[in-house]
Amino acid sequence: MYGDNINTDLIISGKYTKTLDIQELAVHCMEALDPDFVTKIKNGDFVVAGHNFGCGSSREQAALALKHIGVSAVLAKSFAQVFYRNAINIGLPVIMCDTGSIRDGDALVVDLDKAEVSVNDSYIINCSRLPLIERTILNYGGLAPFLKKKGDFILDYENHIEGGKQACERRHDSRT
Amino acid sequence: MGYTFFEKTISNKLGRKVHAGDTVVVDVDVAMATDTTAPLAIKAFRDMGGSKIAKPENTVLVLDHAVPCPNERIANLHKMIRDFSIEQGNVFYDQNAGVCHQVMLENEHVQEGFIVLGADSHTCSCGAIGALGISVGSTDLGAALLTGKTWWRVPETIQIKLKGKLNKGVYAKDVALHIISDLTSQGATGFGIEFDGEGFAAFSTEEAMTICSMATEMGAVSGVFVPAISNSDLIPDSDAKYQRTIVYDASEIVPMISNPHAVDNVKPVNEVEGKRVDMAYLGGCTNARLSDIAVAAKILRDQEVARCTRMIVCPASANVLKKAIEKGFITDLIEAGATLTAPGCGLCVGTLGGIPGDGEVVVSTTNRNYRGRMGNNKASIYLASPATVAASALYGRILDPRKVVQ
Ligand code: SF4
Repeated sequence: MYGDNINTDLIISGKYTKTLDIQELAVHCMEALDPDFVTKIKNGDFVVAGHNFGCGSSREQAALALKHIGVSAVLAKSFAQVFYRNAINIGLPVIMCDTGSIRDGDALVVDLDKAEVSVNDSYIINCSRLPLIERTILNYGGLAPFLKKKGDFILDYENHIEGGKQACERRHDSRT
Repeated sequence: MGYTFFEKTISNKLGRKVHAGDTVVVDVDVAMATDTTAPLAIKAFRDMGGSKIAKPENTVLVLDHAVPCPNERIANLHKMIRDFSIEQGNVFYDQNAGVCHQVMLENEHVQEGFIVLGADSHTCSCGAIGALGISVGSTDLGAALLTGKTWWRVPETIQIKLKGKLNKGVYAKDVALHIISDLTSQGATGFGIEFDGEGFAAFSTEEAMTICSMATEMGAVSGVFVPAISNSDLIPDSDAKYQRTIVYDASEIVPMISNPHAVDNVKPVNEVEGKRVDMAYLGGCTNARLSDIAVAAKILRDQEVARCTRMIVCPASANVLKKAIEKGFITDLIEAGATLTAPGCGLCVGTLGGIPGDGEVVVSTTNRNYRGRMGNNKASIYLASPATVAASALYGRILDPRKVVQ
């Protein structure tokens, strides 16, 4: 659970970005903010934050680092536009909702199609529903695999529903 | 309920009405990348299985961030972009052109109402002529190379109006910095900005470019200069829905300066007057056009830059340089002791020569002063108008330009 204005330098410092080796880069993820982040995080976990997550530079590596370290989605009150876009493009779901009540260790289930997050099976937070294009890109794992498959921005109305269900199950036991 | 410029432009392209908050897939009129972003965009394009780009005549690749090339690693990236351009037949500007945003407008690759997708964060500079500039990363640009399209969430809009007239010694850059001091660098995060009002209507296209390029530093996803729009289909409706409207009075604005190390750490110049200046830089896509060079040349004509200060001038484009030579401005500046460098991004992002030393103070006409921006994280960068930069170069200390501008 992190606060407001988590910038791209905190997510991944500029000094680590001059590499194409994402794994090498990912081990420094969130280092400046939370040195234990990389050891704490388990595959499928969520990162939860306040307003304006991902502000600062346009580096795509910020979203890539989070994804490669095993983060399955970022939930925040709001996102910086370029981070948001980069995250969708590389296949990292970004969910805008009121994260104020979420605590470390809560079990979250995100349903992208219903646009809701269930917390500890006890209550539901509504989130803004991702538009079809964003869900489509996410379901293909990002813009590159999506366009590789489709060759163009062709929206796939059937697939997104199934994809949404998968996404929901996959993240069932994730924790912050 | 009326529509904003951003809603209208996208609606026009799609042939159906869209509203703020809608996410759309839309045709791109022109796509642009630079030597910083084109290599990764080309890689993304190939990863997507691309072999032939969708619109070669509307794809512009510009070498500007590191020209002439300073080392072998970048030389090979430049070579990759040249080879790709020959293979694909896209529009290509080699190291002899200038800063991408200037090159795009000067060579008429952008028109009013165009959707311009640029892999550079100041693409909204083209808002100065009523185009919609969208800044993206390399993956998005790769997708546009492949498909000729992009996806975009139509933003809510903030309207910023300027009324009244600027006083002597106060320029477009001061207006931009004044707005940022009020709005902060996150004040418009996620929003589009419409600049409007009779104050802005009196601005030239060059001044409008300064304002629109600084929309990025307000956090905006795009910015447009409403007085530049002539097509009635694109002029925002008077009952368009704005997140808010902010009105500034030009006559109350004084010369402003961004202090280290944040663009929104803005103060009136006269509050930081007297600070020693090691380097004065006139360059960058924000403020290195003919009118900017003219202001500096006028201040420095028949004068000498202070002995403890060095001044570097990097015109925004070769075309600007040529005109500045014809007008005698370059002679004025060189006689005053300035160093001239090749048109392009120059010193702005610390990739080329002119890097400041530890503890040195730079006063620059560029748009970002993050720590390390100009290549040394132990230097301090102040951002101001060309007049403030020239006046400070003259005295070797930060100086309010109203004291030297007649
Ligand atoms: S001059 Fe500076 S801000 Fe403008 S495009 Fe070049 S590096 Fe970016």
